[in-house]
Amino acid sequence: MDILIRNLSKHYGSQKAVDNISFEVKTGEVLGFLGPNGAGKTTTMKMITSYLTKGEGEILIGGKSFDQEDMRRHIGYLPEHNPLYLDMPVLEYLKFCASLQKVPKSLLDSQIKKMVRQCGLNQEKHKKIGELSKGYRQRVGLAQAMIHDPEILILDEPTTGLDPNQIVEIRALIRQLGKEKTVILSTHILPEVEATCDRILIINQGKIVANGTSDTLRKQASGNKLLKLRISGGSSNDIHAGLSALSTTKMVDIINAEENRFELQSSGQDSNEEVFKLCVKNNWVLLEMVPFETRLEDIFRDLTLN
Amino acid sequence: MNPIWVVAKKEISSFFDSLVAYVFLIVFLLICGIFTWLYGIFVQDIFIRGQADLMAFFINGALPAIGLFIPSITMGMIAKEYKSGTIELLLTKSVSNAQLVIGKFIACLLLIAIALTFTLPYLITIAQIGDLDLGRTLAGYFGLVLISAAYISLGLFASSLTADQVVAFVISLVMGICFFILFSLLSSNLQGISSEFFDFASFFSHYEPMVRGVIDTKDVIFFLSITFLGLLLTINQISKRR
Repeated sequence: MDILIRNLSKHYGSQKAVDNISFEVKTGEVLGFLGPNGAGKTTTMKMITSYLTKGEGEILIGGKSFDQEDMRRHIGYLPEHNPLYLDMPVLEYLKFCASLQKVPKSLLDSQIKKMVRQCGLNQEKHKKIGELSKGYRQRVGLAQAMIHDPEILILDEPTTGLDPNQIVEIRALIRQLGKEKTVILSTHILPEVEATCDRILIINQGKIVANGTSDTLRKQASGNKLLKLRISGGSSNDIHAGLSALSTTKMVDIINAEENRFELQSSGQDSNEEVFKLCVKNNWVLLEMVPFETRLEDIFRDLTLN
Repeated sequence: MNPIWVVAKKEISSFFDSLVAYVFLIVFLLICGIFTWLYGIFVQDIFIRGQADLMAFFINGALPAIGLFIPSITMGMIAKEYKSGTIELLLTKSVSNAQLVIGKFIACLLLIAIALTFTLPYLITIAQIGDLDLGRTLAGYFGLVLISAAYISLGLFASSLTADQVVAFVISLVMGICFFILFSLLSSNLQGISSEFFDFASFFSHYEPMVRGVIDTKDVIFFLSITFLGLLLTINQISKRR
């Protein structure tokens, strides 16, 4: 089931929480929702799950406009702070959630068993949820979101509180689920987005500021590729002049004249080959050539710091 | 299974899972017992009265007991969901606001029914002593169920107004005092149209005929309307919060 969002807005009083955003998520895609605190991530997710009434705009799920309870069966939702009934035993809670989502009686037990296994809850399944550690509660939250095998999964910060091993497991689970389902997940952890998401959506002050794969975002953000060079065998001025004369060069900076360190920005294609040939021609020694990739953190900061 | 039953079942089982449930039931029976058998507040207690009926229970015992028991079970019904954030879980599942509220209402009504079942020994005891009018007694129980339904729906509304259980308890208790006691008092102290109005609004004046064995459609409709109105307000209040 695809999710299509058109010109969605939401106000809290005079404050615009979500400001005219549009995007699409296709089946078999994991969309990472990024943004600083208060950017409107959670509000958007709550509107998709119909917990919040939407302001202006359209939310189409599977091509259909949102018809309250009927559509909710297709969505699995893990809310931000993972609210749970602490006095309920795990199994009973999962059964309650499954019945509310109208899982047929014949499938109830097998579905609960499957979730217990997938989320690694087997040892804790008879305990009350209040007795579980934060990581296990998070797993219970994930299990209740997926119990009715929904086509769409909306996960608000799914890996908070998990230990590194669990994080790897849960990410793998999300990736695996993402192959056949439509997944939207929000997070603050940038490596997580790269590890799990097919596409990234960065939102700031209610507006979408970037939308694409992590590679396209990098290209958009830097535009140019950066090479760090160290070349010996000539004076820094000669080398600088030589590098500047290359056809692929956009700009060359001298970082350290004594050690002959340079930073070369190339426009369009890579300059690696040209730099090598230049060194051979002039009999210079190429000591270092490090391609420098813009990190997602930098892109994020660029886009969201005002 | 219908979502209404799923919600109702969950509420009942989580009620009996906690120790509080048994404390509530004991207090309910204690209040019922004291005012029925030992100390009459509105009418004389069973022994002084000297008649084989449950008047002392219906008026002295049951009303104060229900007046305390209902707010204490309804207070957390919705307020607790707000406070813990679980309301978000419920409302994003395939259950409508109305189904949720009705499910909780049915759970409360069943709990009251269970509490009232524990008073059946009174009935059996009196029937041993004298010639008990069974029809009249059952009419009294019917009245109790109706008055409970109305009060539960008000309690749920109080619970939907706030995320704080204690505030919800106080609000429903104040509503209870108005409907059970204050309106009757006002009615007897005022004259003319205002007296009639408060007499109409008082739960007691619609309940008292049933205790005497008279089930009037007017009274039944009154309680059902209050119940319906309370539930409607609760559903509306939950929708407004979104």
